[in-house]
Amino acid sequence: MSVNILMPALSPTMTEGKLARWLKKEGEAIASGDVIAEIETDKATMEVEAVDEGTLGRILVEAGTEGVKVNAPIAILVADGEAVPDGAPTAAAPEAASTAPAASPVVASAKSAAAPAPAPAAEAAPKAGRVFASPLARRIAAQKGVDLVTVKGSGPNGRIVRRDVEAAVAAPVAAPAAPKVVPQSTPTIDVPHTAVPNSSVRKVIARRLTEAKSTIPHFYVAMDVELDALLALRAQLNASSPAEGPGAFKLSVNDLLIKAVAVTLRRVPKVNASYTEDATILYDDVDVSVAVSVPDGLITPIIRNADRKSLSQISNEAKELIARARAGKLKPQEFQGGSFSISNMGMYGVKEFSAIINPPQAAILAIAAGEKRAVVKGDALAIATVMTVTLSVDHRVVDGALAAEWVAAFRSVVESPLSLVV
Amino acid sequence: MNKTEFDLVVVGGGPGGYVAAIRAAQLGLKAAVVEANHLGGICLNWGCIPTKALLRASEINHLLHHLGEFGFAADNVRFDLQKVVKRSRQVAGQLSSGVGHLLKKNKVTVFDGFGALAGKDGSRRLLSVTKDGKPVATLSAQNIILATGARARVLPGLEPDGKLIWSYREAMVPTEMPKSLLVIGSGAIGIEFASFYRNMGAEVTVVEVLDRILPVEDEEISALAHKAFVKQGMTILTGAKLGPITKGANNVSLSVEAGGKTHAITVDRVISAVGIVGNVENLGLEGTAVTVERTHVKVDATCFTGEPGIYAIGDLAGPPWLAHKASHEGVMCVEAIAGRHVHPIDPLNIPGCTYCRPQIASVGLTEARAKEAGHKVRVGRFPFIGNGKAIAMGEPEGLVKTVFDAETGELLGAHMIGAEVTEMIQGYVIARTSELTDAELKETVFPHPTISEAMHEAVLAAYDGALHI
Repeated sequence: MSVNILMPALSPTMTEGKLARWLKKEGEAIASGDVIAEIETDKATMEVEAVDEGTLGRILVEAGTEGVKVNAPIAILVADGEAVPDGAPTAAAPEAASTAPAASPVVASAKSAAAPAPAPAAEAAPKAGRVFASPLARRIAAQKGVDLVTVKGSGPNGRIVRRDVEAAVAAPVAAPAAPKVVPQSTPTIDVPHTAVPNSSVRKVIARRLTEAKSTIPHFYVAMDVELDALLALRAQLNASSPAEGPGAFKLSVNDLLIKAVAVTLRRVPKVNASYTEDATILYDDVDVSVAVSVPDGLITPIIRNADRKSLSQISNEAKELIARARAGKLKPQEFQGGSFSISNMGMYGVKEFSAIINPPQAAILAIAAGEKRAVVKGDALAIATVMTVTLSVDHRVVDGALAAEWVAAFRSVVESPLSLVV
Repeated sequence: MNKTEFDLVVVGGGPGGYVAAIRAAQLGLKAAVVEANHLGGICLNWGCIPTKALLRASEINHLLHHLGEFGFAADNVRFDLQKVVKRSRQVAGQLSSGVGHLLKKNKVTVFDGFGALAGKDGSRRLLSVTKDGKPVATLSAQNIILATGARARVLPGLEPDGKLIWSYREAMVPTEMPKSLLVIGSGAIGIEFASFYRNMGAEVTVVEVLDRILPVEDEEISALAHKAFVKQGMTILTGAKLGPITKGANNVSLSVEAGGKTHAITVDRVISAVGIVGNVENLGLEGTAVTVERTHVKVDATCFTGEPGIYAIGDLAGPPWLAHKASHEGVMCVEAIAGRHVHPIDPLNIPGCTYCRPQIASVGLTEARAKEAGHKVRVGRFPFIGNGKAIAMGEPEGLVKTVFDAETGELLGAHMIGAEVTEMIQGYVIARTSELTDAELKETVFPHPTISEAMHEAVLAAYDGALHI
């Protein structure tokens, strides 16, 4: 018999999303586990896997359609050789969700036409979107209007517990609705042009950066940092890596700088912070967000507890996260949160730049290219590899002296880099 | 590595220390335990375990004197105190040697002697081990956990003399039954001895300087316990002020002011149970960053002392003075040392149990403390008289009380008195640790017939109403 494939929920709070792309065509055979489509929300892109096998009988929602409600039928799956039923699916069809396994993104079988009422979105949520939270955390989150997807769990296996929700309440993620922040004066353009529709990601970038730059009093502290010792250490460490196998690693300069930032945040922990109306939140963990450019914008995957990880761990984790970020495959918890950001444009030969803070964080470090420069050592000219870093800070939390102290500490860590390996 | 070099040395082989050493061995660390007396510590040798053996005997004595309620008759019921004590010692001995086997199985080296910090060797810590004042070994370790425990607090004028004035230690190995006994202090230790001796037939008086017995428990539970003990024939004086003690040849006299009256008391023996102090002496803490505050070593949430490589757990690291707290800290501390991500213990999730008759068990905030903390509370109560199993067992006296946050449904605290409650409190502890709310507790199916159904009913009572009362 035919089965409706429903719009999955990527997270318990998702109500609608964009059907970005079909990866199977009508009439194509589908095996259980095949990726059949891609769904996009303002936060992530996810693959939809088939639960049942059969033939994709009819696509009901065309690729590129926005605002598709969760649990709405998006396609009809038929048994091999079976005729595709005529007409739109009946109202009873989507309710098959309630018979699907809870963690299954796509409805498996419509066993009864008289199935009970539609399952709540949370029950049909795909595995990657499942939020682990204690019942008490869920209840407080519901009472305080906190979206658990945005909360980082500190309980066993990253489970969200009460204190996490309370911390989230104390440090509200300033995400006012877009219309309040983005000026609505869209100019009329009548010269010849091409209009590229804004993707969900582009809209989020626009909203968040506008909000950050217009609500956070930024100021900037720049310093030149000599890289030679760090480069020597990197060469030495990379030479010590096994040629291949699970223990192999190849550290990038960026990996060492992530670790240097984490070590510095431990030394000057007041910068590992967020401003809220009532309190300055000082984070227990050092979670470093790393800005990664992706074809459609940028995203900030997080190296959590970077201060406690070895360089090879950071390196392997960063490689893996960046690869998935570029493929649009990051899970929400992998890029939401973080306590400090790094933006590295060294590879483009940038001399220096200032970055926009990634709220609710209080600081971001802009890293420019390392280059050989003439420096004065003693009273003589010498050659050193130097990069200019610029720390953008939220002046509500970080005062000038503190920002300067942080940057100086960072320089000391980078210029005497042994603390990165002990 | 020679035999005196270790990754971790634990000073003290009690429930904190030996558990820490086993966990260290499981995580691949080379571990040693230095113990001056008996493996298993006070808990196993002179505390938790042997007193449970004694209390079991006193419970049997109680039942033997109430056989008629169950349709039995027996004449000439009597006991041999020496055999009762001997059984208690055998139980302790069996378990202590069991700890030895566990350590051996896990390849933990045990040093018999007194351990003290003895400086550094580079980044490694040194520890001297002495036996009867003579050096036995010098150990070198990456990390050292101090787990030397605590001992009974001694009040001036009430120094245990081994004959008339007892500490817990003498009280555990009586050579003859005192006809009358005064217990000073009504915490868990005092009340357990009071219960043991009362149920074995002694006249027991309990004095407490605070205004109620079992002062850390919920007020309602204290009051019910007070009532139950008085019904059993105990004398209880609260808000008491003790006068000086006069020792006779085989008795002790003193006057106690309580309730506006002066009571002249003469008893055969006195048990002093007025709290404990940490064993912080002679540990070589001088010149280190380890801080001692009110006889306890100050530590952070992962039991780190502030001195590199030195940790402290259990009674030594402060209240609550409970074996299960020490063990849990031991495991957490070792996991932190091994670089694992650990979760600090929430003191409100540590249950407390008193094994008197009726038993008492609790976790979390009392109703009064919940209100002080600013919670709007919903309180549920369910008495054992509404529970079929309790009645069938002949144990109809008891109460389960739950305290919920009215806004969030969080189980703030649970307080129980009655038969078997020490075995049941873990249900509420799991609820607290996993942050369950009233909803999950209500929806949990409790087996029938069990006394635990009273725990379910006490939850219902806080909300929609209990079913069986």
